[in-house]
Amino acid sequence: MKRSTLNTPLKNVRGLGSAKDGTEHWWMQRVTAIALVPLVLAFVVLMIRLAGADYKTAAGIVGNPIVTGVLILLVVTVFWHLKLGIQIVIEDYVHAHASKLFLMFANTFGCWIGGLICILAILKIAFGG
Amino acid sequence: MANSNRPLSPHLQVYDMMQITAFMSILHRITGVVAGGGLLLLIWWLVALASGPEYYAYVMDIAGSWIGRLALLGLTWTVFYHFCNGLRHLYWDAGWGFEIPSVYRTGWMVVIGSAVLTVGTWVIAYAVGG
Repeated sequence: MKRSTLNTPLKNVRGLGSAKDGTEHWWMQRVTAIALVPLVLAFVVLMIRLAGADYKTAAGIVGNPIVTGVLILLVVTVFWHLKLGIQIVIEDYVHAHASKLFLMFANTFGCWIGGLICILAILKIAFGG
Repeated sequence: MANSNRPLSPHLQVYDMMQITAFMSILHRITGVVAGGGLLLLIWWLVALASGPEYYAYVMDIAGSWIGRLALLGLTWTVFYHFCNGLRHLYWDAGWGFEIPSVYRTGWMVVIGSAVLTVGTWVIAYAVGG
């Protein structure tokens, strides 16, 4: 194959493009999307079960180890997926460097904090007594 | 511009955004952002449940009011639309369904499917809990 550069193809593969993470963003968006299919359906079933339920019933069901586990998986996956999605929206529409940087930070911090609050609340419901 | 004969990319003022294909595409992004905002309600609900019976009852009163139910109904459809159209995107990612008739068919499946799932969820929820 005739090349117009002295770089080998391996160099191109290792370079991973200008963002230096190759297809990871795109790929993890798909991975989290697939994981969210059963998790969202499980969450809908939970919401239906808890419709009209009082505090004791709701806390009891959320405190069930399987429900607790599914909810934590959902929270981690959904905030991860949200972070990736909002990042693309910012990259597409915000081009001023300072605003873009600020929003990127806000997105990352917001998703981590939101996920953390959810997980702490779930653990308190499960183990707080 | 050096060359004014270059082809133009579809411009919003020229391109017909009311085609189901273009409209569903931007709607996927909008529903994703709105569903992300809806996660604030998930945080609120979980914190309420962790806070105890009194605050939980207070939050459930708001959720159960007509405006709370309307917001949750809208959020249900928002999530189901993004869910169904997300499956459509994964179908495309697998390399399937790029023929125009197929794109229209799966588009309508998403529109109808998200509506059916939303109505079904609320009918069952009302039957279970009122």
